Amino acid sequence: MIAGAAAATAVRVGQQLRRDPRTIALIVVVPCVLETLLKEMFAGQPQVFQHVGAPLLGLFPFVSMFVVTSVTMLRERTSGTLERLMTMPLRKVDLLAGYGISFALLAVVQATVVSLLAFGLLGLDVAGSQVAVAALAVANAVLGMALGLFVSAFATTEFQAVQFMPAFVLPQFLLCGLLVAREDMADWLRVISAFLPLTYAYDALAKVAAGGPYGTRFVVDVVVVLGSIAVALALGAATLRRRTG
Amino acid sequence: MLDGLSLEVPSGAVTGLVGPSGGGKSTLMRAIVGVQVVAGGRIDVLGEPAGSAALRRRVGYMTQSLSVYSDLSVRENLRYFARLYGVGQDRVESAIGTVALDDFGNRVLNRLSGGQKARVSLAAALLGEPEVLVLDEPTVGLDPLLRRDLWNLFHRLAESGTTLIVSSHVMDEAERCDGLLILRDGKLIATGSPDELRARTGAHGLDDVFLRLVETEGP
Repeated sequence: MIAGAAAATAVRVGQQLRRDPRTIALIVVVPCVLETLLKEMFAGQPQVFQHVGAPLLGLFPFVSMFVVTSVTMLRERTSGTLERLMTMPLRKVDLLAGYGISFALLAVVQATVVSLLAFGLLGLDVAGSQVAVAALAVANAVLGMALGLFVSAFATTEFQAVQFMPAFVLPQFLLCGLLVAREDMADWLRVISAFLPLTYAYDALAKVAAGGPYGTRFVVDVVVVLGSIAVALALGAATLRRRTG
Repeated sequence: MLDGLSLEVPSGAVTGLVGPSGGGKSTLMRAIVGVQVVAGGRIDVLGEPAGSAALRRRVGYMTQSLSVYSDLSVRENLRYFARLYGVGQDRVESAIGTVALDDFGNRVLNRLSGGQKARVSLAAALLGEPEVLVLDEPTVGLDPLLRRDLWNLFHRLAESGTTLIVSSHVMDEAERCDGLLILRDGKLIATGSPDELRARTGAHGLDDVFLRLVETEGP
């Protein structure tokens, strides 16, 4: 029964996505185009593509799922369907799990297609495992979904929900270490970046790309990413109120 | 919003909640199904506190907003809600028939009229065969023929033991209720059957009944 409600929700979210093939196409095609652009832009310095290609591949799903989930959940709130669900025999955890399953599957599709392109056609090379890169991409997608779910509670219109992307995602992107190594940042920026989950997601990806070292720091990275998913989901669940004003 | 309200709703009957918009009808209904934050007071439904987990299978609710997925088909919507209630797919088909949407089962809601979407929402509330049905303006935007059919359905459900609480701001619908609760500015200004209220106020139509009640109560 528990699994039933989560599975039913996953099927329902999947059906909604299927009715919107253009969104699915954008989610899959846009990262492919950007990876290709990156490769071509740095045709003269191939080491740049080798350096940022894998982390970027792993971080795209975070951004896509953040936006898609925050808008989907906002619709659920404004259309009244969330209120209906809250009067029905559905546990919040099943609703969240249903969303998680559906978007993680979409992330698997996205990560697989982008990986095939980057590792196959574009000649991206990682010292570590390509599967690990894809697995981290899916974990990041679930993290993006969980954060999107949470922030949707603070948006009242779809415009606001979309603006949360630059507000919540861009600063993490700038500070995660991809553009400037964290060692080279001012102390206060490094301190801030230590509190941002994407910093750990990036570090894990960079380590896989470099083929290690898989020491304590790598374990911390993975634990922080998984822990952030749990925290964001708990916060998201707290915003699903059975009673509202 | 709602102040000093005390009332009981008889089971196996259609109780109408009428009054001007902004009078507290929806707030009262939301409180009964347990989605409204209440500052104080106590609401029991079927002997349990409103909104308790045990009631979620026993109380059906149709909100004023459509509260169905407009990017899914009629059948996809109802199948999802049926799975959450843990009822069979046969109920989906019978609910579609009940609200006369047999020809539109596979139509995506975006491509249905407002009245048709409202019927999907009603069908979703009927799926769990609840003991108490709380329907917030279920017949808005429906043609007279369909309205009559739905009111007949409400009475059939009441005869089989379902308790219905139906809000409306149309007085000819109030006429079809077994009992009425008239709400204005968050206060219950009158209760009784349509006949009792007519006798008490000496008015003929329920519109006049309502006007007299409002005038004697004062602002």
